[in-house]
Amino acid sequence: MAVSAPPTRTRPRPPRAPAGPFRAVPRRVRRLDAAGPLAHLLLAAVTAASVFPLYWSFVVASHDDNSVLAGTTPSLVPGGHLIENIQRVFELSAFWQALGNSFLVAGTTAVSNVLLSSLAGFAFAKLRFRGRDFLLGCVVVTLMVPTQLGVIPLYILVTDLGMYGKLSALIVPALVSAVGVFWMRQAVEENIPDELVEAARVDGAGLLRTYWHVVVPGVRTTATVLGLFTFMFAWNDYFWPLIALPPENGTVQIALNQLAAGYYTDYTLMLAGVVVSALPVLVAFTVLARRIVSGVMAGAVKG
Amino acid sequence: MAVQTRPLPTGRPGPPRPRRRPGRSPLPYLFVAPFFLLFAVFGAYPLLQTLWVSLHDWDRLAGQGEWVGLANFRRLLDDADFLTALFNTLSIFLLSTVPQLLAALAVAWLLDRHLRARTVWRALVLVPQYVSVVAVALVFSQLFGRDYGVVNGALQGLGLIDAPVDWTADTWSSHLAISFMVMWRWTGYNALIYLAAMQAVPRELYESAAIDGASRLLTFRKVTLPAIRPTLLFTVVISTIGGLQLFAEPFLFDQQGNAEGGAEHQFQTLTLMLYKYGFINNDAGYASAVSWVLFLVIAVVAAVNLVLARRPRRP
Repeated sequence: MAVSAPPTRTRPRPPRAPAGPFRAVPRRVRRLDAAGPLAHLLLAAVTAASVFPLYWSFVVASHDDNSVLAGTTPSLVPGGHLIENIQRVFELSAFWQALGNSFLVAGTTAVSNVLLSSLAGFAFAKLRFRGRDFLLGCVVVTLMVPTQLGVIPLYILVTDLGMYGKLSALIVPALVSAVGVFWMRQAVEENIPDELVEAARVDGAGLLRTYWHVVVPGVRTTATVLGLFTFMFAWNDYFWPLIALPPENGTVQIALNQLAAGYYTDYTLMLAGVVVSALPVLVAFTVLARRIVSGVMAGAVKG
Repeated sequence: MAVQTRPLPTGRPGPPRPRRRPGRSPLPYLFVAPFFLLFAVFGAYPLLQTLWVSLHDWDRLAGQGEWVGLANFRRLLDDADFLTALFNTLSIFLLSTVPQLLAALAVAWLLDRHLRARTVWRALVLVPQYVSVVAVALVFSQLFGRDYGVVNGALQGLGLIDAPVDWTADTWSSHLAISFMVMWRWTGYNALIYLAAMQAVPRELYESAAIDGASRLLTFRKVTLPAIRPTLLFTVVISTIGGLQLFAEPFLFDQQGNAEGGAEHQFQTLTLMLYKYGFINNDAGYASAVSWVLFLVIAVVAAVNLVLARRPRRP
């Protein structure tokens, strides 16, 4: 497994450096490897399939109910009722409250994940303490534990702690994650030279100061990507909010699903809800697309 | 710091490491403590407690009841719904994971060449990953709708089917539709992971393969696949763990909200069953037994993956 035993991780090939000497050879070979028209066509089909369901939601959400349901082969052209349908979403359900809840939960967990993960990542990458490698191994193993299966005792525990129905039930268990610790350890190891940590120590900075003034600025890029992904996971999560919150005080995903419930499904309303709920994440990820792509890929080679 | 301000380009642990004396300061432990604390309380404890609950007659609201030993597990074996759910779980897992990873491999292969605007392609492939599972389920339940669904419309337009398919009604059609949702959401993400691994393959290997006159496909089989093997294994294990626990896709597919997985449980997965007994019927003991069986299923399938992957290891 690629993730096992990271401390002794040996890689048979030179790691990809973002720039520098490793690039010289590849570039020449790449030319031979240029993508032909067929490859472009296939990729176009793949990306069309990736985007189509979202485009389709947008199309349905922009029609009035009757016109979408008129024929068996619905139109692919957007209509003019998007704003109206979105207004109905907000009128018919507790969507504002759900949006607020989701922003709070996702925002808090994103910030705390970045801070706590980079703190642990700093310790694992740059500090020496007894049991470090063992503990790091434990972090990696927990990546593979299907904790969702403990949901019933988790529910009982959260209820006993008086957190049922409160946003803290969603926030507290998600304050820091194994993926985050693992990612940030890598980022610290690759971006912060030992010499810099040493220099800070020589200058009399304590560990916390070193963390704040040396480590945090040095891992900004990875931290951004981690923060966004944590936000997205919290925003998109469904299983746990369904269990830990009452339906009337839910998150966006709960409210979204309520749009679909009922004896008659109003697809224009439902898919307008999809558009509204997906928008914040899609915008953030589009703006930062370049970073996200390289973040996913950087995490992947090691992870 | 004066000598060298940049890290060596390797991420490999270099010989001389941090110079703080080991074990002196409690601070490093404090730094890593939040993760372990939270995992112990909200991850490990509930998972272990599930075993304890499964050995009792335990009502979710009333709390702990009598000790019943393995009775809940015995009841599972006699429960026809459980066997159906076990079958559904494995079937949907295979239908969604195998084509998904093969497709991801193909997409990565397409992306691993000289492309104009490569970040745009990569970003577009990743889009489904950002869409919530609820949104996916809602959109796809519309796309797979019997009367006005796009899928039926397209299939009828192409003359492949005579009458509209009621996708939720049958075992195979519902499994296919649910697998489609999973595939749509995860293929691009896995493709990017494969792409990253492929780009780490030394280009000289490709060069010498080209000199030897190997075709592109042969090069892919003989050079690329062996080189990205650890990554393949990683994605297989992770997809196994996720694919066997599917909840939201089947739960939201028919919009009944009852976790029955259709009139004949034709798409009730084990996680749906766990939810039904735990949170609708409030039979926490029985639901916990389902949990543990599912845990064992995941462990077994993951182990099989590992064994299969280890075997043909060449020097």
